[in-house]
Amino acid sequence: MELVAIGCSTGGLQALQTLLGGLAPCPRTAFVAVLHTASASVDLLCQLLARESPMPVMEAEERMPVRPGVLQLAPPGYHLLIGRDRHFALTVDPKVCFVRPSIDVLFESAADAYRANMAGVILTGANEDGALGLCCVRRHGGAALVQDPEEAESPAMPRAALATAGADHCLPLAAIAIELNRMCLS
Amino acid sequence: METDLDEIELDLFIEAMRRRHGYDLGQYARASLKRRVQGLVRQHGLDHIGALTARVLRDTAFLPQVVEGLSVPVSEMFRDPFVFSALRTQVFPTLASYPSINIWQAGCAHGEEVYSLAILLEEAGLYERCQIYATDFSDAALARAREGIFPAREARAASLRYQQAGGGMTLADYYHARYDLVKLDAALRRNVVFANHNLATDGVFCEAHLILCRNVLIYFNNALQNRALALFADSLVRGGFLCLGTKENLSTAPVAGNFAAVDRAARIFRAMRPT
Repeated sequence: MELVAIGCSTGGLQALQTLLGGLAPCPRTAFVAVLHTASASVDLLCQLLARESPMPVMEAEERMPVRPGVLQLAPPGYHLLIGRDRHFALTVDPKVCFVRPSIDVLFESAADAYRANMAGVILTGANEDGALGLCCVRRHGGAALVQDPEEAESPAMPRAALATAGADHCLPLAAIAIELNRMCLS
Repeated sequence: METDLDEIELDLFIEAMRRRHGYDLGQYARASLKRRVQGLVRQHGLDHIGALTARVLRDTAFLPQVVEGLSVPVSEMFRDPFVFSALRTQVFPTLASYPSINIWQAGCAHGEEVYSLAILLEEAGLYERCQIYATDFSDAALARAREGIFPAREARAASLRYQQAGGGMTLADYYHARYDLVKLDAALRRNVVFANHNLATDGVFCEAHLILCRNVLIYFNNALQNRALALFADSLVRGGFLCLGTKENLSTAPVAGNFAAVDRAARIFRAMRPT
């Protein structure tokens, strides 16, 4: 597993913290997340997540390589894409699903680059962003994991993902962490 | 398999645009270019990139729509207000020492930033001395920029950003609202020249004291980014200022050594003499 791409929205900070708390260090796998947030400070988010994370957490920067063993976050106000050269690109293209960064945009580009060597993870959220992106991940052979809507603080996003894309695993956060550990360390 | 076909089709589209129309898209950041091209395919109800290529080869009237779709300029007035505040406090005082001031807004999109800058220059008492060149490679974008008409629904947020940038009036003093549109005061563009300029192919055309190029280089690959930055370095007077987008990185570029950071967060740099 080369890449785990994660998308979350309402309630996402807490959900990500819980998920990270259950992860083992995965030195060969890169983690990249889009978290819809009103905060303009990606530094603050990195600090809040780093407390719970087994790996360093930093901002994804344009033109820089996707780094294994690190969680990199999309900066607010920009779409984050990953190219086939496994480097990040940013755009200020129009919002998708009323948001920028959009999970769909990250997942679609990542699916094109990593194909079967990635997992897409959709967590709590109040909109439908990520559903089409997760379809794309599955179509290219990647794994799809969705947080159990029953557990999610805001179930709309996992529900939309399940309805549109389906999933290989629909689980609570603690079980998603176990599944990711299995995928990344096997 | 389908994915590889996409890549071949994208290469052929790039080749068609270069050989048929002289646009060098090969130097654009591949991931974002591909997304925009796929967006064009969907927008025009085509099945795949190959169909877009066929149309762009044969239908010359179609080209402006393609160019517009590929440039998709998205900005807003006073985007990142702290940057405009930094320009006001850290750049304007130096500009004020010149009898005449040349400013180049490279990649001006629909003109949001040109008008924003013009307002602050006006308020600082510098506008009369300024010649502003607003350039873009899309004629459609330039036509929009010349009009200075924006959706009224954006005006409230823009007013707030204008205040945060340190604006001295209210933004409404500079526009007329009508239905769901606002039209900016035409006087704001009396010293602005809108012109077509392509950072991929065109050269130096002025000696600038300030160049703004925000969220344009993110769409370029390293080679084209380096070309544009070298062009900026050649266009700036010694001690001239360069302002990039807040997430753009100068650090990997060969000309990085020609620039010193004035305000790192606002991505404002100053041209030094090459050492």
